[in-house]
Amino acid sequence: MSILEIKDLHVQIEDKEILKGVTLTINTNEVHAIMGPNGTGKSTLAAAIMGHPKYEVTSGSVTIDGEDVLAMAVDERARAGLFLAMQYPSEITGVTNADFLRSGVNARREEGDEISLMKFIREMDSKMETLEMDEDMATRYLNEGFSGGEKKRNEILQLMMLKPKFAVLDEIDSGLDIDALKVVSKGINEMRGEGFGCLIITHYQRLLDYITPDKVHIIMQGKIVKTGGPELAKKLEEQGYDWIKEELGIEDETVGQEA
Amino acid sequence: MTVETTLALTEQDVRSYSAKVEEAAWMADFRANALAKAEVLDMPKPDKTKITKWNFTEFPSHTVESSIYAGLEEMPTEAKVLIDGEQQQNIYVQHNNTPAYLSLSEDLKSKGVILTDIFTASREHSELLQKHLMTDGVKVDEHKLTALHAALINGGVFVYVPKNVVIEDPLQVLFIHDNDQASLFNHVVIVAEENSQVTYVETYLSTIEHSETQASIISEVFAMANAKVVYGAVDVLAEGITTYVNRRGVTGPHARIEWALGLMNDGNTISENITHLVGDGSSSDMKSVVVGRGSQKQNFTSEIVHWGLDTDGFILKHGVMKENSSAIFNGIGRIAKGATRANAVQESRILMLGERGRGDANPILLIDEDDVTAGHAASVGRVDPLQMFYLMSRGITQEEAERLIIHGFLAPVVSKLPIAGVRKQLTEVIERKVR
Repeated sequence: MSILEIKDLHVQIEDKEILKGVTLTINTNEVHAIMGPNGTGKSTLAAAIMGHPKYEVTSGSVTIDGEDVLAMAVDERARAGLFLAMQYPSEITGVTNADFLRSGVNARREEGDEISLMKFIREMDSKMETLEMDEDMATRYLNEGFSGGEKKRNEILQLMMLKPKFAVLDEIDSGLDIDALKVVSKGINEMRGEGFGCLIITHYQRLLDYITPDKVHIIMQGKIVKTGGPELAKKLEEQGYDWIKEELGIEDETVGQEA
Repeated sequence: MTVETTLALTEQDVRSYSAKVEEAAWMADFRANALAKAEVLDMPKPDKTKITKWNFTEFPSHTVESSIYAGLEEMPTEAKVLIDGEQQQNIYVQHNNTPAYLSLSEDLKSKGVILTDIFTASREHSELLQKHLMTDGVKVDEHKLTALHAALINGGVFVYVPKNVVIEDPLQVLFIHDNDQASLFNHVVIVAEENSQVTYVETYLSTIEHSETQASIISEVFAMANAKVVYGAVDVLAEGITTYVNRRGVTGPHARIEWALGLMNDGNTISENITHLVGDGSSSDMKSVVVGRGSQKQNFTSEIVHWGLDTDGFILKHGVMKENSSAIFNGIGRIAKGATRANAVQESRILMLGERGRGDANPILLIDEDDVTAGHAASVGRVDPLQMFYLMSRGITQEEAERLIIHGFLAPVVSKLPIAGVRKQLTEVIERKVR
């Protein structure tokens, strides 16, 4: 079992503090959901964990099994077992999806022990089938000209090929129709198990109809303000966020406002 | 202002050279007339690149003698890898200034296809060559360098594809440069008659590190009605070689010329690539990629001129500048009066890797007609940190991520070259130059 521990994390972007002390522990074999309205710091948490160049961690810690993640470069974090499915994946012209994936797979293996081309192709083909992706998506340039839905499926394809210990999925459900949402959920559910932990960031409960979380956290004003089980997500769907704001005495939930 | 230059060769020299290579008699006068023009014409004035101090007129010797190759296995290793297997036919090899090897399949010969060195062409296909040599494509008197080139032609190729002949496999030409005294004045003429199709791939390859010489290269491509020509080129000439390279195309009705140019010289280079879309409904796709390094200075003009109705032109140029190298990219879409419904699109992008390099991307649209469409995109910048973040977030190291982005950026030309050996070599040259 592995543990991803986030302790009292403070993050700023261009001198504005967005996260104001987030504490969260995720074990492998668990799925956590972070929910919250727009502008509360959800995506900032995802970006900061992975080491996005624009986000600066000012205090706090992130560790995997005690190893200091924040001291690592972005690629080292990935090789230590972290994965971020991005809300807006970059498009990279001239690099085929397959070449990119193979570079990613091989980056986790020793030199001289690269995955054989046949094995790689077999595995990629089977995952692409699960995700109902067109065959030509392997040879197309990375995310270039992909529709919103294709990009999200492609993020999950990478997740399934790279098999991280912990995945952070940043609004993987945004822009997906119900069929695509089911397919993406199928891919994520296939990953669930002993060696895999997941943090799903979303502001709709919809995705959680297909992926049942073990824990649900609500984020407001850059902090986790409430934690519960799957029933918390259900209650949010039925009643919105207002009851939480009332309960906690919050008038404006976005970052920069004080309770 | 005309700059007086004393040229290294006299009329007597070019006439006796003409006799020595046993070319057609008209070539001697052609050279002599061109030489007289070279003495009085001005140098070209490439936009934003000062070439007054570049040496275009002096060189150690006009020609050198080099060995011929009895078989492809006698070529240097660097050249052998460009050939796809022993079965490959339809190859011409020039060794410095010497026509060194030729193979043309019986099938193509029987269809009337010509692939031969420029001297033989002047003897055996005199009228055909004379009709196209610097008449409707590049003119002798455009400036001093075109005239000097005409006077001093010392190599090159003639390709002729008769009406209705479609050549499936590419014709391959290698210009091997392995003598540091050798200057290249190569002239290529490609004529694709009505309804014909041909793919031509040439490689300029220096196997030596340094040479204080010149390359003056002119290619003229004529695609007649409904013809299609795909022209691939990889230029890898050594440091110290001052290059003027001019590749030009002219289209007939509904003809198409596609260019895929990998411009990888290590010396100062002026490159000009122009297609004149003369015939109605004709089109051109013009792609070039460039890597500059060291203190290299380069100037690249890509231009498509729309004369005919419904003509379609697309220009793509991608360049990577390292260290102190500088490059000017001029992309020009010109639509003449009367070229109704023409479409001129271009994209120029420069990736700066060095701190002190210089890159200018100048998109230029010159439009003299109302009912047309045109578009351009240009950028000069560094490797996108968000792309780096994305790749590295998958565990790919910084070095490998940068490599992927650069190769991807230069892929539009690499992926278009139809010969695996040439594609692989261009990839390796890019790898070596950007490292």
